[in-house]
Amino acid sequence: MADRPIRVLIAKPGLDGHDRGAKVVARALRDAGMEVIYTGIRQTPEMIAEAALQEDVDVVGLSILSGAHLDLFPRIVDLLKQKGLHDVLLVCGGIIPDEDMATMQKMGFAGVFGPGTSTQDLAKFIRDQIATRRAGATA
Amino acid sequence: MDRESVEQLRAGNPRAVARAISAVERGGAAARDVIAAIFRYTGRAQIIGVTGAPGTGKSTLVNEIAKLYRRRGQRVGIVAVDPTSPFSGGAILGDRLRMQDLAGDDGVFIRSMATRGNLGGLASATSDAVKVLDAAGFEIVLIETVGAGQSEVNIAKNAHTTIVVEAPGLGDDIQAIKAGILEIADLLVVNKADHDGAESTVAALEMNLNLKPKAENDWRPPVLKTIATKGEGIADTVEWIGKHRAYLETNRLLESRERARLRAELEMVVQRELMARLVHGVNGGKIETLVEKMAAREIDVYQAAEMLLGA
Repeated sequence: MADRPIRVLIAKPGLDGHDRGAKVVARALRDAGMEVIYTGIRQTPEMIAEAALQEDVDVVGLSILSGAHLDLFPRIVDLLKQKGLHDVLLVCGGIIPDEDMATMQKMGFAGVFGPGTSTQDLAKFIRDQIATRRAGATA
Repeated sequence: MDRESVEQLRAGNPRAVARAISAVERGGAAARDVIAAIFRYTGRAQIIGVTGAPGTGKSTLVNEIAKLYRRRGQRVGIVAVDPTSPFSGGAILGDRLRMQDLAGDDGVFIRSMATRGNLGGLASATSDAVKVLDAAGFEIVLIETVGAGQSEVNIAKNAHTTIVVEAPGLGDDIQAIKAGILEIADLLVVNKADHDGAESTVAALEMNLNLKPKAENDWRPPVLKTIATKGEGIADTVEWIGKHRAYLETNRLLESRERARLRAELEMVVQRELMARLVHGVNGGKIETLVEKMAAREIDVYQAAEMLLGA
């Protein structure tokens, strides 16, 4: 059976309204052949988890520039798990200080993409990760 | 589909509903399995289609209509379709952006779908996704089509009531008498009614409706004005959806629409299956050879098709 297109939720949790980066990423992933559900700014953790659940996405991508990632992200990760979404690939971008990288990875974020990331690298990262997961799921 | 998944789906468990929709989207055996398990539980939902040009405010209108049904205690499922890129196969599904008021409500389920190459304004799996929501107990199912042009009319075969959304300033009265999308409207909604030109849009639509010869018992679509961003005109719209439903019921049209819908669905699936079997059965090399001959102008498309079908 042919694989379905990779489905990605792109959301901006918290209160900063700078969504240019999220839109650039959404557009780039579209051009990489993915179905991108774009929910925009000022999303609560509950809204993000609910959208991921209903849309049955493979990937949740969070963009944040406000500095609230250590407050908001754990809540999102918990809610996703509560809803049974254990196998979703988590990636994030925006402004994440270097000293938080280890925390982010421990939280379950497979990729953290800061300013200057090439969108092609991001698309390739997602494709490779999902390919590995899908191969694992059918093995 | 195992019994437990079916039970969870019928209980409205969102994870079960989401995965069943993914399965019908995937098509093939996965889709057949889900539909075989749930089809007997479908046929209860009231299906409302919302279509219109890009930017007329379909998503915002759907959001407002859904909120009103929720206030009446009815559970609402939404399928929102956006186009797939013909180049990359990717899509931006952005309709949820306008439906954030509905977040956090267990009585609402929103699913975005990409057309995945299907024409006509819907994805090929849209009607199956509606069945999943129907079986899951959503009493109202709203389908939002892709931003439609003039001939994306498939929604009319999928919904009990079709709303065509217009906005001021999109065209003159000649646009209003053209064939196509305006003909499928059970309700015509002029959204953004606070913008310049709303009255002339309403007048052009009314004039067009007045030109149609009236037969007894014909449904005449109302031309309604809304400002979806402010929630204005929504109660009126929902009231008219109810009136249309009552009209279908009293004239026993629900049954004939349902049968027309099932027939259209059957024809579509047969078409798709025949095509799939044909392409699968014929080796790719044969099609390539025929295409080469066509390119060399040795045979035309009808002759090529005949050779393929005769094989």
